[in-house]
Amino acid sequence: MLSHRLLTSDKGGALVLTLVALATILLPLLHLVLPADSPFHVSSYSVTLVGKFLCFALLALSVDLIWGYAGILSLGHGAFFALGGYAMGMYLMRQIGTRGVYGHAELADFMVILNWDNLPWYWQGFDMFWFTVLMVILAPALLALVFGWLAFRARVTGVYFAIITQALTFALMLAFFRNEMGFGGNNGLNDFKEILGFDITTRGVRASLFVASGIALMLGYLACRFIVTSRMGRVIISIRDAESRTRFSGYEVESYKLWLFVFSAVLAGIAGALYVPQVGIINPGEFSPLNSIETVVWVATGGRGTLYGAIVGAFAVNYTKTFFTTWSPETWLFVLGSLFVLVTLLLPKGIVGILDRLRGRKRK
Amino acid sequence: MNLLVHRALSTGDKGAALQQIVRLVIVAVLMLLGTAVPAVADEAVVRSPAEPQETSVDDNRRRGDVTDSSTELTVPFDDLVYQLVQASLPQRAALVRELARSRDERLIPLLTALQEGNLQTNREVPPRVVIRQGNVTHDALTGEEFTDVSHLGLRRVPVNNQLRSLLRSLLAQLNLHHEDVNVRYDAVRRFIRDGVDQESIALMRERQVIEDSSRVRGAIDTALALYHLQSGDSDTRLEAVAVLRGSLEKEARNALTSVANNDGDPDVRLAARAALDAIEGRISFFRGVETLFFGLSLGSILLLAAIGLAITFGVMGVINMAHGELIMIGAYTTWGVQVLFPSLIEWSLFIAVPAAFVITGLVGIAMERGVIRFLYGRPLETLLATFGISLILQQAVRTLFSPLNRSVSSPEWISGALNINPVLSITYTRLYILVFGLLVFVVLLTVMKKTSLGLKVRAVSQNRAMARSLGVRSSWVDAMTFGLGSGVAGIAGVALSQITNVGPNLGQAYIIDSFMVVVFGGVGNLWGTLVSAMSLGVINNILEPYAGAMLAKVLVLVMLILFIQKKPRGLFPQKGRAASD
Repeated sequence: MLSHRLLTSDKGGALVLTLVALATILLPLLHLVLPADSPFHVSSYSVTLVGKFLCFALLALSVDLIWGYAGILSLGHGAFFALGGYAMGMYLMRQIGTRGVYGHAELADFMVILNWDNLPWYWQGFDMFWFTVLMVILAPALLALVFGWLAFRARVTGVYFAIITQALTFALMLAFFRNEMGFGGNNGLNDFKEILGFDITTRGVRASLFVASGIALMLGYLACRFIVTSRMGRVIISIRDAESRTRFSGYEVESYKLWLFVFSAVLAGIAGALYVPQVGIINPGEFSPLNSIETVVWVATGGRGTLYGAIVGAFAVNYTKTFFTTWSPETWLFVLGSLFVLVTLLLPKGIVGILDRLRGRKRK
Repeated sequence: MNLLVHRALSTGDKGAALQQIVRLVIVAVLMLLGTAVPAVADEAVVRSPAEPQETSVDDNRRRGDVTDSSTELTVPFDDLVYQLVQASLPQRAALVRELARSRDERLIPLLTALQEGNLQTNREVPPRVVIRQGNVTHDALTGEEFTDVSHLGLRRVPVNNQLRSLLRSLLAQLNLHHEDVNVRYDAVRRFIRDGVDQESIALMRERQVIEDSSRVRGAIDTALALYHLQSGDSDTRLEAVAVLRGSLEKEARNALTSVANNDGDPDVRLAARAALDAIEGRISFFRGVETLFFGLSLGSILLLAAIGLAITFGVMGVINMAHGELIMIGAYTTWGVQVLFPSLIEWSLFIAVPAAFVITGLVGIAMERGVIRFLYGRPLETLLATFGISLILQQAVRTLFSPLNRSVSSPEWISGALNINPVLSITYTRLYILVFGLLVFVVLLTVMKKTSLGLKVRAVSQNRAMARSLGVRSSWVDAMTFGLGSGVAGIAGVALSQITNVGPNLGQAYIIDSFMVVVFGGVGNLWGTLVSAMSLGVINNILEPYAGAMLAKVLVLVMLILFIQKKPRGLFPQKGRAASD
């Protein structure tokens, strides 16, 4: 049965999913319904924060899918996240219309500054929401398809692949920093006004975006579970464990890896698209290699190869980051660095592994 | 050597053949540099950063190298100057002429200041004579500097146009005969720029005969030819065009362009156009040489940065993400040496190189023993762990020193440039870094090929199990390799401190480039790193003028990804069965 396959055989995942569902329902209610002075009121700061974390969790999920199950370490998944984010940002930018600083109906402010007369061809169509959704899916998918095809076909694996993805995201960052690219240069896209006709700054919209992120996370998780427990999932795990053997058994290893990579990129793109309206800005810094590597540490901390571990790790590390950057910003990088070292040395199975061990001990 | 290439090719060993060819090319380039540079340096001019000239009465009066009969002044220099500033305008001209016969080294600054209106004096006995240059005022006769001159009651020594033109020609004459070849060249260039008149022509013809620097001679030829271009006789003009054909000065090109368009005689116009084409050709050639040089210089920097990474990756299969931070530590060591020994700036680099090697080597060994050793066989985890270490190192440097950049000064002998001609100038810093990079490469090659450590390193990287069963302590070799690779990164940091800002983010700028070099060149062979670094540097430099720095990087990356299709393990991959993982 589908529910058995997806959830019941995965105790940890069911637990995490329940928690996410609870948060998705409760937090917006507590934010909207309760008055501001009630002790259970959730401030809009918290709603935005947890909403961001939900998007990060989806991104971590996409990385865990290919790393934990196929052994492909991508240090450039932030690129797909940012591409999805830019697509959504372009839609939101078009929605500003005449309310921008320069009041131009079609052109964004930075285009007016650059003395452009018309909207470039790649901006056409972004005033329609369905087109934006299509691009959020297509843009990362195409990049992943081309890049993955080139890389996997040449049997680039392991460390080489990781470095090449790093270089990819770095190159994209450099490219998007250029003003001539037409994506806002180093300022990026910001100052959004409305989405789908609703004012983006109202509490209602914020809550809806939060709910959307939560639902996306849950659906994404279920989709990943579906893949991982299917026959394709079995082949992928065997590719991770013994690639040559799988190839000689007759499976087209490259195709499996490629399609998984593309799917994971799409997930990351969706995460990015939901992230941008909640934080209100997208800039080339999202492409930075450090962001992508941080994503990997979320997965490693949570416990790779378990899907729900990625969600746990994303929340855990990001909460720690928020705590440290408000309390003592200079120590955050020390903490992050030590986290990398400790998790790889001492906690190969991450937080989830610790919990498992504890549970195992209790049983005895 | 050709025999070796032939033999390698005939046995079908492409890798060895390529190695031999690369060796041939490098030897040829070194021989070329060895003969060309001294020959060029003879006539090229070394420019050091300008420093204010301080004159002192105690210096001997320097004699110029003119052989005409210059008599000693009958009245002492100082007294003449006192008379000059107190005399009336008509008398001043005669006094200036008298002064110009002296060979005192304070003369030229004094006359220049007088011409520009910067000479001031007061009514004391004897009068104070000062030169004002912006905010700095110094005594023309003693060289003493003043900060506050309001109490001296100074006013400007007046000159009129007649005096000014007299001063200009006298100064030109004096400068043309100056000892310093720089000053002479500048004087001729001023003539070329401002135009030549009868009087200056005579002076320059006089100088042309005895001038020994070919660079100044070339400039004089250009100046004379520019003058002749205005002559009425078309044959003279044709001759002038022929002379200007070889000149790279900007004014020559402008004059030839106007002659090509406006001259009355069609032959002269044709000749001028042909001369312009010839000049353009020469300019492109020199620009090409400059691009090549800068490409090689960038390549040598990439080589220094990446070779440590190639060694550790080749032996241990570990990509050290903290490599950039080790480079940064090397750069900071240079700064530290300069801070600790402020009187030894000239020697600071020589002290810093071994110091950086030792310090970063120790850091590397600590990393290996403390962290990487436990992650043996798990390269992806090692990558993450070393990334964590890089974050820690960065933040540690930020906290211990400040997050701002540190200033590292360059010793005297490394600054300046070799000006070969108006189009091509080679900075000494880059030249020395190029030589230094090749030197480090040769030393590493020797270590790898000739020492016992190198032997063990190669054995462990080819087949670890076999090496261990033959008695090689592979864990010790790992530690030493890591130390060696890190030490080389530190040395790279010393070199980088001379050309870039030294700050906590220094490593981040070079880490991705180092990765590219390693991925492109493969890890089987140090030569691979050399070829890959040099080619990436040259390609980057060729693309930059057309595409801009960022786009050039993006293009290089795309080309690399496509290149990996053909050769996934780089140009010189590791050979051997154990290397297939």
